[in-house]
Amino acid sequence: MCGIVGLFLKNPAMRVDLGKHLSVMLVGMTERGPDSAGIAVYHRPTGANQCKLTLFHADPHYHWRQVGGGLGEGLGCEVDIEIKANHAVVTVAADEAAARRWLKENHPELRIMGYGHLMEVYKDMGLPAEVVDKYGIRSMEGSHAIGHTRMATESAVTTEHSHPFTAAPDMCLVHNGSLSNHNNLRKWLRRRGHEFETDNDSEVAARYFAHRLGEGASLPEALEAGLADLDGFYTFTMGTLDGFAVLRDGIACKPAVLAETDDWVAMASEFRSLANLPGVEDATIWEPKPAVVYTWSLQ
Amino acid sequence: MITFDLAEASVRDLNQRLHDLPADTNERAWRVLNPKGAHALAAGLERPIEVLIEGHVGYYCAGMNKEATVVIDGHCGVGVAENMMSGEVRVKGNASQSAGASAHGGLLVIEGDASARCGISMKGVDIVVGGSVGHMSGFMAQTGTLVVCGDAGQSLGDSIYEAKIYVQGKVESLGADCVEKKIGEHHLAKLSRLLTRAGIKADPRNFRRYGSARKLYNFHIDHADAY
Repeated sequence: MCGIVGLFLKNPAMRVDLGKHLSVMLVGMTERGPDSAGIAVYHRPTGANQCKLTLFHADPHYHWRQVGGGLGEGLGCEVDIEIKANHAVVTVAADEAAARRWLKENHPELRIMGYGHLMEVYKDMGLPAEVVDKYGIRSMEGSHAIGHTRMATESAVTTEHSHPFTAAPDMCLVHNGSLSNHNNLRKWLRRRGHEFETDNDSEVAARYFAHRLGEGASLPEALEAGLADLDGFYTFTMGTLDGFAVLRDGIACKPAVLAETDDWVAMASEFRSLANLPGVEDATIWEPKPAVVYTWSLQ
Repeated sequence: MITFDLAEASVRDLNQRLHDLPADTNERAWRVLNPKGAHALAAGLERPIEVLIEGHVGYYCAGMNKEATVVIDGHCGVGVAENMMSGEVRVKGNASQSAGASAHGGLLVIEGDASARCGISMKGVDIVVGGSVGHMSGFMAQTGTLVVCGDAGQSLGDSIYEAKIYVQGKVESLGADCVEKKIGEHHLAKLSRLLTRAGIKADPRNFRRYGSARKLYNFHIDHADAY
């Protein structure tokens, strides 16, 4: 069992409170996922010639500054590093692929949680409320964010197995459910040049959608393709640079509730995570239909 | 009327108070505020009391209900009135999946839509849905009546036993062993009474009736493909 939440702000005036609202939503899903929690937040855009990476190392005293210095020397560019518990957000005045390549070659012990111009990813073990406090999620502003609370049933409770999963710049996916054809899909994606970091079925889904988007599919087109190619149970919520999407499989065993006002769109596994959003009493509230693609994008 | 505010007390406090009511209680009218999607609200009631819940509720609201009347002025989550024995549960908004699952008796009215698996394994309850129902509704329904004023999703009444299903709108597809049946005068009279009891306006003559073809009751080698 897991919990999923997502909040996509249509009204820019609300952006200052993104983290505050998402935190309440995430903590509301504690009973569905007390083992670990993760969020992806879209905020603080980098400059046009910059990118940012969210990195993780289990050691809270990891030598982040030295890594930052090495990265700057290696790529011959400016590097800014912000440490948050056992995560670091590294802003690099270089190409994102080059930065990832350098990190993989020189610091394979680091895990790259997310990368792009806008998205930062924080995930950790513990109760959602603890994770929210540890990374200061409540005070984060931004345009959209998605979160996941995990109750592991088939693989270990580790940061690596926590959601969201990232597979392309500024793209992330959270999943409630289980895929039955992930081994074949993983092989299929490997043959097309994708590398995997975990044995998690949700990572396969993230890389599948990244593959479709990389082929030039729009967000709705990528999700439509997923309905044909992904077999199993799923409620997905996905974030991209300027988009937000929800998809349930045709059987629709895994729960989902959507709510929308003029100011925001919110998704959660259960209504109780939406119950405290401002204006929810006048929101349109519905259960997303099985095998129907729901997407929103920033204008 | 007794008002119980869930912003100030827990679901457990509410349910315990309702469970502790003696058979001859005078505390028969209750109003519950700020449900905020909480689970198992007013579950396991055994007295002929009336409970009005003002707002949206979570899973298994009014589950195992006996004799009580529970009105939800909002939407409800999975399994509303699951295993109800008697009494009445009314949802003024929409219901999530498995509404009225395995319910033995009483009346469940959903004024809006119900999603997938409405009336799954129902065992005697009467369910009236003002709107539409999702896929696999009436799955393995044993007895009782499911009335759908709107449309029904895929595989309606799959592996149905002796429950009766009436649908006014379109049926996307029928499940295994579920067939359309003739509707007689006594069916119309029963449906009419049920719609009146549910307070839902509809003309019984606009409905079609569905039920079991009774071909899956016992294993038959000629039907192996249907299992």
